Amino acid sequence: MIDIQQLSKKYKGADDFSVVDLDLKIEEGEIFGILGPNGAGKTTLISMLCSLIKPSSGSFTINNLNYANNKRELKQLIGIVPQEYSLYPSLTAYENLFYFGSMYGLKGKQLNDKIYEYLEKFGLSSFSNKKIEFFSGGMKRRINLIASILHQPKILFLDEPTVGVDVQSKNVIIDHLKELNQNGTTILYTSHHLNEAEHFCTRVAIIDNGSVLVKGEPKYLIESCENTHNLEEVFIAFTGKELRDYA
Amino acid sequence: MHKLWASIYKEFLLLIRDLGGLTILFVMPIVLIVTITLIQDSSFKSISKSKIPLLIVDNDKGYISENIFEGIATQNTFDVILKESEEEARDLVFKGEFQLAIIIPENLSKDLELKINQNVDGVLSEFGFEEEEGTDAIVEITPKEVRLYFDPAIQYAFKESIKSGIDQMISKIETRSIYKAFQEQLSDEESQFSFDSESFISFKEIVPKLNDQEILPNSAQHNVPAWTLFAIFFIIVPLSINMVKEKSQGTFVRLRTHPVSYATVLGGKTIVFSMVCLLQFVFMLLIGVYLFPALGLPTLDVSEKIFLLFIVAFFAGLAAVGLGLLLGTIANSQEQAAPFGATFVVVLAAIGGVWVPVFMMPNFMQVLSNLSPMNWGLNAFYDVFLRNVGFLEILPELGLLLLFFLITTLISIVYNNKKNAV
Repeated sequence: MIDIQQLSKKYKGADDFSVVDLDLKIEEGEIFGILGPNGAGKTTLISMLCSLIKPSSGSFTINNLNYANNKRELKQLIGIVPQEYSLYPSLTAYENLFYFGSMYGLKGKQLNDKIYEYLEKFGLSSFSNKKIEFFSGGMKRRINLIASILHQPKILFLDEPTVGVDVQSKNVIIDHLKELNQNGTTILYTSHHLNEAEHFCTRVAIIDNGSVLVKGEPKYLIESCENTHNLEEVFIAFTGKELRDYA
Repeated sequence: MHKLWASIYKEFLLLIRDLGGLTILFVMPIVLIVTITLIQDSSFKSISKSKIPLLIVDNDKGYISENIFEGIATQNTFDVILKESEEEARDLVFKGEFQLAIIIPENLSKDLELKINQNVDGVLSEFGFEEEEGTDAIVEITPKEVRLYFDPAIQYAFKESIKSGIDQMISKIETRSIYKAFQEQLSDEESQFSFDSESFISFKEIVPKLNDQEILPNSAQHNVPAWTLFAIFFIIVPLSINMVKEKSQGTFVRLRTHPVSYATVLGGKTIVFSMVCLLQFVFMLLIGVYLFPALGLPTLDVSEKIFLLFIVAFFAGLAAVGLGLLLGTIANSQEQAAPFGATFVVVLAAIGGVWVPVFMMPNFMQVLSNLSPMNWGLNAFYDVFLRNVGFLEILPELGLLLLFFLITTLISIVYNNKKNAV
């Protein structure tokens, strides 16, 4: 589904590469977690796959399509849930979803039904006519997610989708992501919540300094790494305990 | 098409919920146009109807100072206040308590009469007229100086017009004195021929006519197009802020992951903000036609030109939107977009001739003003409002405005594609 080959990215003016010669294959139907400390290169990798930034070298294909020659088709295939709330604060939940759904080519009854279906699923139907600026963090996260899945993407990129939300909102989000995956959407997910990733992902890759350190099923990684009982201990074993401050 | 429609709907909602933006777009131009026209109209009235206090120190006390007083009285512009000393008058003017003072020098009448008589005698003797016996010998007369003091805060144009008025008045008195001297030398009896010292050459302003009626432009017809254009171009501030906000809110990044072109995104903004420009224009016209008369200002005459005026407003709006799109594409923060946009509009207005007519600018600025879209718009508005031309005559200006929109929009698209090339 996603085939990444020797992908690298060095930002202008930066001393080091953010992503270095990264190779990765993600199969259809997977929930793949990309885990790493701050500055490891997670967001850069997702941004390249979503065609938001240009790789310095290497290549990737999604669903056997190369981005350079199939921009429109690829954009129609994917959905991205950004780390920030990427919504219009002065528009209502419905208006935001109507606009972003329309930009995916949805219209009329199909769009309307999808909007109300998801608002219902995510417990927001009574807030459809309220402006986003009055929403709590958890509600904004859910609308942020709905805006990316209205068009039933084949691949969904999630950049820290549950950061800063309460347990209830987190559970709703995770449950619906699982449902979406069962309905055929491949998920590529980054998070700092290792416990969440351990239970949510079918496979994970731990990356640091732009390279993959280890990858596999969470259960397998925990078993194969000495003296580890959960994914967080595996993560520490590979990335160390020192602080990762960067500017 | 549905994507464009959705973009238009979204832009419309964002606009109507942005009170600050709406204020900039509708309230500020209205305040601006009413204030400027009131000030300009009252300034004109203050010169023509109410009187400006004028200090005069009359050291002459002769017929010339009498003539000066008469001349000032007939102008009906000044309220004369007599002062005894030049020092007192100077201090009052330089402190700003009065705007101007005229100091009439001592013996001005006597010395001018003497000087003219000497000159007339000299001329007549050249033509063989004998001088009477006992005529005074020629004495040396020093030239006289009428001194003017102006409040330093007075504007250059006003100062020049006062100087020119006083100069004309003194020249007239001098001419009359020469006529009088000739008359006295050439005729002894009252009944004999006398010089007609009234002006022979006069001037009359011929104004354009429409349906056999003279078109007399008033301050509303000068102000409404100029300040409407200023307001229309001010749209670049809320438009660029709207675009920068999308970047900071992350919605622009989200849009980049959608299968939608930047041209479609800009298309939605162009249509909504162009409509806003036309709405602004409607408000301005309504103010000119209905509010101005209620405020005692001249009424804006839009008869038989409304269609052409809307065409000019539409194309001027397109040019303004193009500039706003470019600024919004390039700017990265509101701190960049807002002050730059506002300053740029003021600069465009200045070089476009909104404040000072282009023909009064230095040569270099006149050339530069040809590059200002506000100048093209203003010319087109004046062509329709004041010169009463047809569609074909304004076509060049409309073409330039459209070209400006196309070029700025194209640069925006190319810049965005290059910046976000993947």
